[in-house]
Amino acid sequence: MRNVKPKSALVLVLLVASAVSAFAAGSEEEFKAAYAAADAANKEAGKLRNQWTTTANTLAAAKKAADAGDFDKATASAKEAEALAKASIFQATSEKTRWKDMEIR
Amino acid sequence: MKLRSAITLASAALALAALTLASSLPSGAADKVDPVADAKAFKKFFTDKFPKVKLEDFVNGPYSMNEDLYRQWQDKEQFPPYEFALEMGKEMFAKPFKNGKTYADCFPNGGIGIRQNYPYFDEKEGKVITLELALNRCREANGEQPYSYVRDEMAALTAYMAFTSRGKPMDIKIPNDPRALEAYEKGKEYFYTRRGQLNFSCATCHVQSPGERIRAEILAPALGIVNAMPIYRSEWSGMGTTSRRFTTCNSQIRAVPLSPQDDEYRNVEYYLSYVSNGLPISGPGARP
Repeated sequence: MRNVKPKSALVLVLLVASAVSAFAAGSEEEFKAAYAAADAANKEAGKLRNQWTTTANTLAAAKKAADAGDFDKATASAKEAEALAKASIFQATSEKTRWKDMEIR
Repeated sequence: MKLRSAITLASAALALAALTLASSLPSGAADKVDPVADAKAFKKFFTDKFPKVKLEDFVNGPYSMNEDLYRQWQDKEQFPPYEFALEMGKEMFAKPFKNGKTYADCFPNGGIGIRQNYPYFDEKEGKVITLELALNRCREANGEQPYSYVRDEMAALTAYMAFTSRGKPMDIKIPNDPRALEAYEKGKEYFYTRRGQLNFSCATCHVQSPGERIRAEILAPALGIVNAMPIYRSEWSGMGTTSRRFTTCNSQIRAVPLSPQDDEYRNVEYYLSYVSNGLPISGPGARP
């Protein structure tokens, strides 16, 4: 860094800053990828007959935010929806055997 | 030494194979499905948990769990809130379809006093047939549109049919057909399986916590819970079918409800009705 001229250093800082701000703002592409992953996980939960209402609500919130151009919020919601869908898949899978623990015998 | 090692190795391999085989067997094969033993254990669980409640009183749901509520209910029964549905159901039941036939033509004994035999397992179809499903099939077979499974018309019809069976013991049969036993077992699995974001099963409320409050309500015991269907619920300000009860239970625990009369709901009604065999039909019921 000792050899870096002040002008070059400024360009570098600006580049890094713009990259960070682009990441923070979230892009439409990033939202689309996050939404597709969440939607796929929710469909998987559907195959297991165990979708959660909260997943559907969070997916809807993601879409609404994206329609309003707020891709930050939209991406965050889509990621939350994916986490919810994955939790419902885990629940359905583990309950395949765990239900017996509750059975009256 | 070589022979001894070979024998040891072979024994170990055999033991491993046996273990692998045992663990690969479906769980159902390890636990024999025994509905008679299930029903006995089910009744024992509730009568042990609530020794003061008579067996036949469990059909009165939360009213059997709480003395104050019981008194309120007795007062309410003077002018029961389901009465209007009962009258509507009686009229609907007698009114001929466009082709001149009536519901009575679709059911044994003209549909009177038969509620306690539903749901039943249809060996031709290989599936459970509930009363609500049978009513809509009757309509469709006579050229009429089916009713919504969660609305007033279906509740009124089933209210009237339940009323004609009041006091008769629930009498659900499981025919000697492996598919019937499978439907029963799947119903049991559904009943005990946790679902929804709240991670509740039907049993969480109706086995683990009957008599306890959930918000302002007192939870009903699972034993005899279907004997009181359909019900007038003050919370709904109206009548609710069994389908409505199942779907709203699901959404309350943040699970996306299935479609009314999907196999899962038919099977769980079959299971719950079977384990309540012998308890009287008390429907239509009224609930807070």
